Amino acid sequence: MSRILVCPPDYFDIEYEINPWMRVSNQVDVERAKSQWYELMRVLEQEVGALLERMQPVQGLPDMVFTANAGSVMGRRAVPSRFRHPERQREEAHFEAWFRSHGYEVTVLDKTLYFEGAGDLLGFPDARFGGYRKRSEIRAYARLSEIFECEIIPVELVDSRFYHLDTCFCPLSGGELLYYPPAFDSYAQAAIADRIAPERRMVVSEIDALQFACNAVCVGKHVVLPTGCEATVQRLDARGYQPHPVPLSEFMKSGGSAKCLTLALDG
Amino acid sequence: MAQMEQSKNGASNPGQAQETVVLDGHIIDSLILAKVLDTILMMGGAFDLREVKVGATRETPSRAKILVRASTPELLGAILQAIQPHGASVERQSDCRFEPAPADGVLPDGFYATTHLPSQVRLKGTWVEVEAIEMDVAIRVDPALTSARTVTMADAKRGDLIVTGRDGIRVLPLERPKERDVFSFMESQVSSERPHGHIIRDVAGRMRHLHDSGAGKTLFAGGPAIVHAGGREALAWMIDEGYIHVLFCGNALAAHDMEAALFGTSLGFGLCAGRLVPHGHEHHLRTINRIRGIGSIEKAVSTGVITEGIMAACVRRNVKVVMAGTIRDDGPLPGVITDSMAAQSAMRAALPGVSLALLVASTLHAVATGNLLPASVATVCVDVNPSVPTKLADRGSFQAVGLVMDAASFLRELARELGWKG
Repeated sequence: MSRILVCPPDYFDIEYEINPWMRVSNQVDVERAKSQWYELMRVLEQEVGALLERMQPVQGLPDMVFTANAGSVMGRRAVPSRFRHPERQREEAHFEAWFRSHGYEVTVLDKTLYFEGAGDLLGFPDARFGGYRKRSEIRAYARLSEIFECEIIPVELVDSRFYHLDTCFCPLSGGELLYYPPAFDSYAQAAIADRIAPERRMVVSEIDALQFACNAVCVGKHVVLPTGCEATVQRLDARGYQPHPVPLSEFMKSGGSAKCLTLALDG
Repeated sequence: MAQMEQSKNGASNPGQAQETVVLDGHIIDSLILAKVLDTILMMGGAFDLREVKVGATRETPSRAKILVRASTPELLGAILQAIQPHGASVERQSDCRFEPAPADGVLPDGFYATTHLPSQVRLKGTWVEVEAIEMDVAIRVDPALTSARTVTMADAKRGDLIVTGRDGIRVLPLERPKERDVFSFMESQVSSERPHGHIIRDVAGRMRHLHDSGAGKTLFAGGPAIVHAGGREALAWMIDEGYIHVLFCGNALAAHDMEAALFGTSLGFGLCAGRLVPHGHEHHLRTINRIRGIGSIEKAVSTGVITEGIMAACVRRNVKVVMAGTIRDDGPLPGVITDSMAAQSAMRAALPGVSLALLVASTLHAVATGNLLPASVATVCVDVNPSVPTKLADRGSFQAVGLVMDAASFLRELARELGWKG
């Protein structure tokens, strides 16, 4: 059974602007955010069959709800994030404490080595990719590949709207890759094409990409994604996946969606 | 100073800025290395891949060390800034370390031994060119920590600040010479089976250029076989015509050259008839004795005792001659330096400005001279015995072009290329 780390949106809000989606003036409807989050949890637990681990939310840390950025987990090893923005750096200690209290073998990175967890490090068992330039630093991947003893192919993100790898790149359980190529520079596009065979690559349209179609959670044949990505839903369906569109508009105001709200613990 | 100018222009190009950067991780399949190299080129810089360690398996990271070069420090700064986000970090740098020499003629343990490539040391955060670079010596920094110069073990004085360890020292690669001639390969291939013609033409081309432009000096180091084998006239002609500016030799070359001038023999053999003349073996002793009586080679030439040949041409053309003695010498001739270390110093002092070196028919003088030359000096080593150029290359003078041929044939052919009618 898939274990997923989540954090209830008790204190979720837009208190600062650290990506192009965030506008302090574009206030979150707190009640709607909560109901959207609980609906996502219901789908994950009841329809997908995932086991949820709930963190204790912390007042004053509105983005802790985005647990994809808690860190990166492989087996029993965990590396907590080192956020680029001071606003989120205060989350680091809480995520680290959670990993430690849950028996993970924790390795911390240098304070200045920015790495934003599973938001930027994703992939398949045989090919992992690390987004850099926007949030995480490329140097973090040299260190992470030592810690996790695996290959990590750094890919440069060039469109600020897709500031984390998980906003434009989603590996599926069957080996397919859902992604939006223009979010990457040409070298990264070539490196991805070199590793992932054409029949495995599912290019998402700009319309769906901007609806965060790639910010999806894939567990077995289930794919949980935000509503409004009709084309992607159809294509997933055609490939034998079971799409679960969930309304997550309040979280989109912060530049996050289904995937950002979860951290796969059995990566 | 002149030598410093030369080595700078010839090798490290003072207008150039450079920095070594390191790239770690999965840089090959991700095309990160390609991207960094492309970026350097697209911005107008250049690079040398100093080291690429490719991970043995997919999991193992790779590492590249890249020397980034740019025409100005500003451009270099811009390039470094552009490649830094892709993981290229400037290699951690520190100043060079140094320790005082414990006694006169003794270097501190762990002293840095030089190569003959252009080198720099980092002093108070600034890279400083090591002056008068040559191989197998130490580097002395001035007490104000603003300059550095090579120093031999023998010349080190107690308390001199001698560079130790390997930090804060960088050896710069030689740039390929602009001339597209035999020296541009900068590799000492030695073969008796290669055609000699083009090598000799290229040597002549360099000599003519230096002669006509005055841009540098030609050094000639040779042994007495030149006289025995019949290369004397051609060499004397080249000296007379101003193609050679510095001569390194031993007692024997000078003695046999003047023996030929006085007696027409070399080691007692009639140079014209090729027969041992009666009591001919004494001729070189009588020659040496005669010059000793006169007091100096210069005086023997100026008073008309010696009228022709290599030494006479050197005196007439004011060529800087350094004669270094050995333990088998007869005499020796006045002017021969019998203290080897003093001879080495005298040779060293004659090097500034030299940009072409011809090492002909002498193992001893070829290797001794090769040891003193910066790698930026175009060097050709000529000997009938292939082991001589090989030995030179084995001792580190990789820039030397080896030519396996008889000294006289080489000199005559070279002189003819330059216009000799003999």
